[in-house]
Amino acid sequence: MAHAHAVKRYSGLMDWLTTVDHKKIGILYLIAGGFFFLIGGLEAILIRIQLWQPLNDFISETTYNELLTMHGTTMIFLAAMPILFALMNAIVPLQIGARDVAFPFLNALGFWTFFFGGLLLNISWFVGSVPDAGWTSYLPLASPTYSDGHGVDFYVIGLQIAGIGTLIGGINFLVTIINMRAPGMSFMRMPMFTWAIFITSALILFAFPALTVGLAALMFDRLFAANFFEVGNGGNAVLWEHIFWIFGHPEVYILILPAFGVISEVISTFSRKRLFGYSSMVFATVLIGFLGFMVWAHHMFTTGLGPVANALFSIATMLIAVPTGIKIFNWLFTMWGGSIRFTAANLFGIGFIPTFVMGGVTGVMLAAAPADYQYHDSYFVVAHFHYVIVGGLVLGIFAGLHYWWPKMFGRMLNEGLGKLTFWTFYIGFHLTFFVQHFLGLLGMPRRIYTYQDNLGFNNMNLISTIGAILMGVGTIIFLVNIVVTAMRPKDAPNDPWEDGRTLEWTISSPAPEYNFAQTPLVRGYDAYWKEKMDGNSGMTPAEPIGPIHMPSPSILPLFMSIGLFIAGFGFMFSNYIIGAVGLLVTFGCMFLRSIIDDHGFHIEPEELEDKGVKA
Amino acid sequence: MSAHSHIDGQLPHEPEKATLEGRNKVLGFWLFLGGETVLFGTLFAAFLALRDQVGEGNPTANELFQLPIVAIATFILLTSSLTSVFAIQALHRNHVKPMIVWLIVTVALGAGFLGLEIYEFYHYVHEGHGFTTSAFSSSFYTLVGFHGAHVAFGVAWISILIAQTLRKGLNLVTAPKLYVAGLYWHFIDVVWVFIFTVVYLMGKVG
Ligand code: HEM
Ligand SMILES: [Cu+2]
Repeated sequence: MAHAHAVKRYSGLMDWLTTVDHKKIGILYLIAGGFFFLIGGLEAILIRIQLWQPLNDFISETTYNELLTMHGTTMIFLAAMPILFALMNAIVPLQIGARDVAFPFLNALGFWTFFFGGLLLNISWFVGSVPDAGWTSYLPLASPTYSDGHGVDFYVIGLQIAGIGTLIGGINFLVTIINMRAPGMSFMRMPMFTWAIFITSALILFAFPALTVGLAALMFDRLFAANFFEVGNGGNAVLWEHIFWIFGHPEVYILILPAFGVISEVISTFSRKRLFGYSSMVFATVLIGFLGFMVWAHHMFTTGLGPVANALFSIATMLIAVPTGIKIFNWLFTMWGGSIRFTAANLFGIGFIPTFVMGGVTGVMLAAAPADYQYHDSYFVVAHFHYVIVGGLVLGIFAGLHYWWPKMFGRMLNEGLGKLTFWTFYIGFHLTFFVQHFLGLLGMPRRIYTYQDNLGFNNMNLISTIGAILMGVGTIIFLVNIVVTAMRPKDAPNDPWEDGRTLEWTISSPAPEYNFAQTPLVRGYDAYWKEKMDGNSGMTPAEPIGPIHMPSPSILPLFMSIGLFIAGFGFMFSNYIIGAVGLLVTFGCMFLRSIIDDHGFHIEPEELEDKGVKA
Repeated sequence: MSAHSHIDGQLPHEPEKATLEGRNKVLGFWLFLGGETVLFGTLFAAFLALRDQVGEGNPTANELFQLPIVAIATFILLTSSLTSVFAIQALHRNHVKPMIVWLIVTVALGAGFLGLEIYEFYHYVHEGHGFTTSAFSSSFYTLVGFHGAHVAFGVAWISILIAQTLRKGLNLVTAPKLYVAGLYWHFIDVVWVFIFTVVYLMGKVG
């Protein structure tokens, strides 16, 4: 009777606060990330309303700067990344045939630190001093001299706390993918989405610590009068730019690689064809990840690094276009000759390709250093990064959500509403951002709260604002779809698209708590498709049915993050007692975690029948 | 499959890698150290960029640093790395007592190092080299202080592990923890070697 540890299992709210189940954590990421996405989207709409006509006074210049900063910061760190984390939590363990992630407890901790970091950042709106130095927080603008008040402190501390969660997630998924693949699932049989997450996680691991240092240094400058960036005392403002972009450029690949992964899965499934050039796809992903660290100074061409540095970074940047081009062609050739189904998910997938190509083309234009002197800090740049971020990443997220929704929630999203979301969002997107290329070329600078009449900017800004509202409508249709879907019965079959190729489609929708009653034996790339082609109804199990070991739920991750949250406020307002109390809570929980052994519990074979995550 | 099968029997040769949990922990920790390398790399880069910005009338690196005391600190920390190796060797031989003893020595040496560092910082502040004095001083204290904080964390962590091992013994749950703590300790030693070279020796020379 050595194994019978009585483990308290919670239900209701406590279940969600204590869960260490990667599928539930994925749903938490989706809810929180989705919430921040709505906030960031609202901020964007307010920005666009202010800009719809010249000399508008809808919001003040101060508020504009705050909205602009919070929009960028929220979208990147609190919306886009967490929604990607939602997909990777929900899907990667299923795709590799694993029962769990490597570190379920840390996984929960990662979610809660992200959440409380984001909360801290957004509480700035209620405190009344909001970050307003841009999402890049360049110095000296963000220094205590030019940004007094607590605005930038919220940025520094909020991102620091949220960043811990991201780093933890990266390590967790690296180990999960390396150590926990089902028998037969060699690296070169891994689904493309898993590959993308693997490389993304490596980028997180090597990029985020640079941000950690940058934020710490800026925090020291602001709270403790250090001199890292204080030029008057020998500090160096350009140092911040280097540190920020050494993190920042890999960050954009952290955002886009998972979207590449989603698109690869969606296009291949709905073309009913094996992904064209799988190995070259893997190779291109690895190469992009590698080159992503070599190009950061293309954000600094106009800083004055000199012609040699500019030339080198220019060439390195253009090189990235090669592996990216490989990917584009592979997707096209995957569709070539396939029997394509235009589901909502696939519309987003196919719509992604030309949009992303446009973003890539302007990227190469920007990479030409001399030309960048003209484009830099103009709306051309705004158009470029929205083409890659919204046209790339956000379309990828929508594709992934429509595709995997049944696997996450057990219900198919409504196809009609899905297609309507696609068309409104897609048309709205191009209306908003296409014209911004020309606004930039005409000389409209970015990050300005208004502009003069008679500069030829008026019509295009009006079009852009109309487009933004249309994107808002698209998002609302998606929300309606979620509600409509939630009211329908939970009846999605294992393989709702009927053309599923990978392991997640071999188990029930949503997946049961333990994912696989028996670990599957993988006999090739596209493991499930291979079995289908061989005439088998399912996977061959790699082990007999037996009791399944599960980790116990824990409230500690939540408390640890609350501790950091409290400490953040303490330090920000120079109340070191509160700061110390917060840290004590965090370290106290770490101590408890270290000394209390988690034996987990077992699910016995007789109980294996039950259905999946309740959502 | 899980941590239970071996608990009461003989420990396998490398108990830290005998379970999937253990293997995950060891691999995850190596990766974490990869991230830590970037962290310290960035701190070093910031220090190198700012080390000449001493400012009018403030003590320079050459005037401040006294190599003998830093050499002693280095010697202490390197020795502690050696003693932690002995501890892990004892772990692999399943000799709990010597392992605990070596860990205690390691912790004591770590604490000694911290004591010296605190004394050193105190002394510098007296010489007019405070955290806010110059860009050089801010980056110096941040780099060396981050390292010192890592040592302090390691001392606390290994102490907790010693207490745990005394209560629970060496098994498939405690072994991986002790093993990764050993990795951690080596890592902060290696970082110190770089600090000694880049901060102190180069500070003396140029
Ligand atoms: C609803 C759709 C969106 C609209 C209408 C929109 C609009 C805008 C506008 C008008 C700006 C400010 C331009 C300026 O004055 O310089 C901006 C900046 C920015 N946006 Fe968006 N955006 C949208 C979605 C997104 C998404 C999904 C992301 C990221 C995932 C994103 C990331 C950024 C970033 C990073 C900036 C730069 C902020 C800064 O310079 O500090 N946007 N956006
Ligand atoms: Cu870049």
